[in-house]
Amino acid sequence: MYRRLTPVSAPIDFTFEGEIVQAQQGESLAAALMAQNLTPFRTTPVSDSPRAAYCMMGICFECLVTIDGQPNRQACMTEVRQGMKVTRQRGAA
Amino acid sequence: MPTKISDLLIIGGGLHGCASALFAAHHGLRVTLLEKDSIGRHASGVNAGGVRRLGRALPEIALSCRAMQMWRQIETIVDDDCGFHSVPQIKVAENDDDLAFLTERVSQLAETGFSHEQMIDRQTLRAFLPNVSEHCVGGLHSDDGYAMPYQTTAAFARKARALGVSIHEAEKPHHIVCENTVWRVETNSGSYRAKSLLNCAGAWGGEIASQIGDHAPVEAIAPLMIVTQRMKPFCTAVVGTARRPLSFKQMANGTVVIGGGRLGHADLDTNRSDISFAELRHTARTASDIFPVMRKAVVQRTWSGIEGRTPDSLPIIGRSLRHENAFHAIGFSAHGFQLGPAIGALMADFIATGTRPPELAPFTLERFDAANIQPERK
Amino acid sequence: MTPNISNVDLCIIGAGPAGMAAALEATNKGLSVALLDEAPRPGGQIYRNVQRTTPALSAILGPDYVHGAQLADQFTAGAAAYLPQAVVWHIEATEPGYRLSYSLNGASHTLDAKSVIAATGALERPMPLPGWTLPGVTTAGALQILLKSSGTVSDDLVLVGHGPLLLLLAAQLVAAGYPPRAIVETVPMAKYWKALPHLPAALRGWRYLLKGAAMLGKIRKAGVPFYGDASDITLEGEAHLTAVSFTAGGKRQTLETSNAGLHHGVVPNQQVSRLMRCAHRWHPSQHAFVPVLDAYGETSNLDFYVAGDGGSIRGARSAEWAGRLTALRIAQKSGIAVPQKDINHFQRKLNEDAAARPFLETLYAPAAQALSPNDNTMICRCEEVTAGQIRRAVADNAPGPNQVKSFLRTGMGPCQGRMCGLAVTALVVEGTGRTPDEVGYYRIRPPLKPLALSELAEYEPAAE
Repeated sequence: MYRRLTPVSAPIDFTFEGEIVQAQQGESLAAALMAQNLTPFRTTPVSDSPRAAYCMMGICFECLVTIDGQPNRQACMTEVRQGMKVTRQRGAA
Repeated sequence: MPTKISDLLIIGGGLHGCASALFAAHHGLRVTLLEKDSIGRHASGVNAGGVRRLGRALPEIALSCRAMQMWRQIETIVDDDCGFHSVPQIKVAENDDDLAFLTERVSQLAETGFSHEQMIDRQTLRAFLPNVSEHCVGGLHSDDGYAMPYQTTAAFARKARALGVSIHEAEKPHHIVCENTVWRVETNSGSYRAKSLLNCAGAWGGEIASQIGDHAPVEAIAPLMIVTQRMKPFCTAVVGTARRPLSFKQMANGTVVIGGGRLGHADLDTNRSDISFAELRHTARTASDIFPVMRKAVVQRTWSGIEGRTPDSLPIIGRSLRHENAFHAIGFSAHGFQLGPAIGALMADFIATGTRPPELAPFTLERFDAANIQPERK
Repeated sequence: MTPNISNVDLCIIGAGPAGMAAALEATNKGLSVALLDEAPRPGGQIYRNVQRTTPALSAILGPDYVHGAQLADQFTAGAAAYLPQAVVWHIEATEPGYRLSYSLNGASHTLDAKSVIAATGALERPMPLPGWTLPGVTTAGALQILLKSSGTVSDDLVLVGHGPLLLLLAAQLVAAGYPPRAIVETVPMAKYWKALPHLPAALRGWRYLLKGAAMLGKIRKAGVPFYGDASDITLEGEAHLTAVSFTAGGKRQTLETSNAGLHHGVVPNQQVSRLMRCAHRWHPSQHAFVPVLDAYGETSNLDFYVAGDGGSIRGARSAEWAGRLTALRIAQKSGIAVPQKDINHFQRKLNEDAAARPFLETLYAPAAQALSPNDNTMICRCEEVTAGQIRRAVADNAPGPNQVKSFLRTGMGPCQGRMCGLAVTALVVEGTGRTPDEVGYYRIRPPLKPLALSELAEYEPAAE
């Protein structure tokens, strides 16, 4: 399991699948989801398989989620924002 | 020791070359095919895959209908389904002028005895395309389809080989000469001889033609394509518009392939085709105008290929004006894919029997140059 | 906000050590410089988040990381026009010079530059193992990024693979108080013998070796179990990773865990140099394609350069020297006086830094299992294509990666071949017996990163 070394000092709240998640200001959405062990990020269009962040640097495109209605957003390349509404991407956009 | 003389030497391993090889082999001819890169490397392998009678120039329609019959049983021809799907092709009318234009076309077709294209009204358009933009008023419909271009070309090559055709890749002709009615083609690695020669060299067809003394005006163009990331299914037809360039289809896997008329830059010497986003932005805009759902689409990649276009955008098909035993099938101007199987069958008939099939009559070389009209046939 | 730069002497892509150092050197010489980077802050991957790190994290991450802070601070205080969160999606040769198209805040713009340095670094060598797509499995690099940017670690991590980066991560996790559950190492004994002849040369790069030894010391002292020469590795689970199994020391072992980190080296990120159709060659000891570069980092395209790990894997310090060297060269070519001794200085530093490479590259050559995955292993993660499917396509006369792509859609998914490219080339090499240079790599087309169609519709390239 993933865990933070120190508690959140500058909190940002967003929702994932309708539930409130607390994140640290300045971190990526992928890191925030991993810190809470929220998984999977999406299911694949080809076989509906569960996937989550893999490379954390924008290369692998596994961490695709839907943010405020926009699909195909890379969670690892998106900084957390107060109030963002994130949902799993199920299959194709 | 002199090289063996085959019956037919084909230059060009695209769809037209491979299809001609296959049907020539069915006629019992010994066939050799030379491809300067790899089978299906250029236009035949990378086009949009439209299998379309809809909207064709009138001289091509007979040829296109013949080809359509072959597509519907493509598996019997090449033992491969070629990814062919039978789907409607629709040209969307965006306003009354478009409707008038399309209606006029239908009557032109009727005059020549063709009825495969039908006008559809607002309601019927939405039955086919529920997600089409509100402003679209109707359209023109044909029962056509689409297929996978590389898979198709490779299937024709595979079947041709199985029928005994010798296919040589990475073989670029640098010298072509006719000696005593026998053609000799020199490449870097060899020498090939044949009784007849067929030029299926696509965008390079003009260069090959001039090597044998024919003037075939073929210009290299680079048609541009966009493919998007997968989207939930919203369109099962292949869609164009009455008068704006567009070719739009959503594949079974959800990706959307968008092309239609925009050109990048092609280089015949380096095989390079360059993308122009200044051009593609028009494609993006047109696609979003017709299907508002495309506003959420993401461009996954773009591509282009090297195609040959003629001054009147009709192919050049027929016997050489300088040699009885040389033929051309080039210049398909970005709409040759659907015609491929028929071109193969008809060229093989032509070469094997000496009689030109009537469907090929409109495309002779003569039409381009007054000087071509009184040649000396050797 | 429309950026107000449209024309510069030098455009640098990437704000890692090579890019930042090149920007500093170039602006010092009076060139106008723009640096575009897709992240919100400078540092690339190696110095990720370095300007916002805490003293506690710095202590864990080590002095090499902290060095990056100095460089980043100089860079952000410097004269280069810095555009963070700018995603370059196309580069065209305008002869002379280049036009870059990039996306910033949802709109696309162009930038013209006389010269370009691609400093886009490296990416993890793909490590296809059964189950590698399961949630809970990441690269080792991802775990470093998680640590650097979020101060987050795993409390039951199994590391799989080998290499300096993997050892560094393990040492950092030990320092953080969360030593890995185990290291499942994929170096066959034979490699240790093979690497030995390179050791004397490597001693010239003794600093590297000393660092490596120190890391190993920390890891052993923390009691982290080491399973050497592991093979037949499988990552198991249904919706999430639950166990890592492997054979080591003649025994089949299973470790129950929810997190695994994979690593067997990094390779140059080729996307930009391939897009530009630069000449590449297969680097046998790095086991990767590298762009063909002259002594100053210029590619086969005039005025187009690669600096840093994107040119050859040499690490963060060398990336800086390479960035500076290339910047000086560009200044020199534009008519600015640059003392030859300055250029020689950076070339010498690069050579010194490379001393340990042959040893490390031999010792840490790619894991055999990942290079020749079993048929069921997924190779193209995006399109879900297995090694077996690719082998069948190759046998069926798909002579290269681009034909494999046409048949099977490998490389056509969102990652644009970044994750599967080398693996597909390896399978074509295996199936045809041709060399990697003969087989080649995917043809890379723009956009470099996926681009919103609506953004393309609004795109207005500047008049030429």
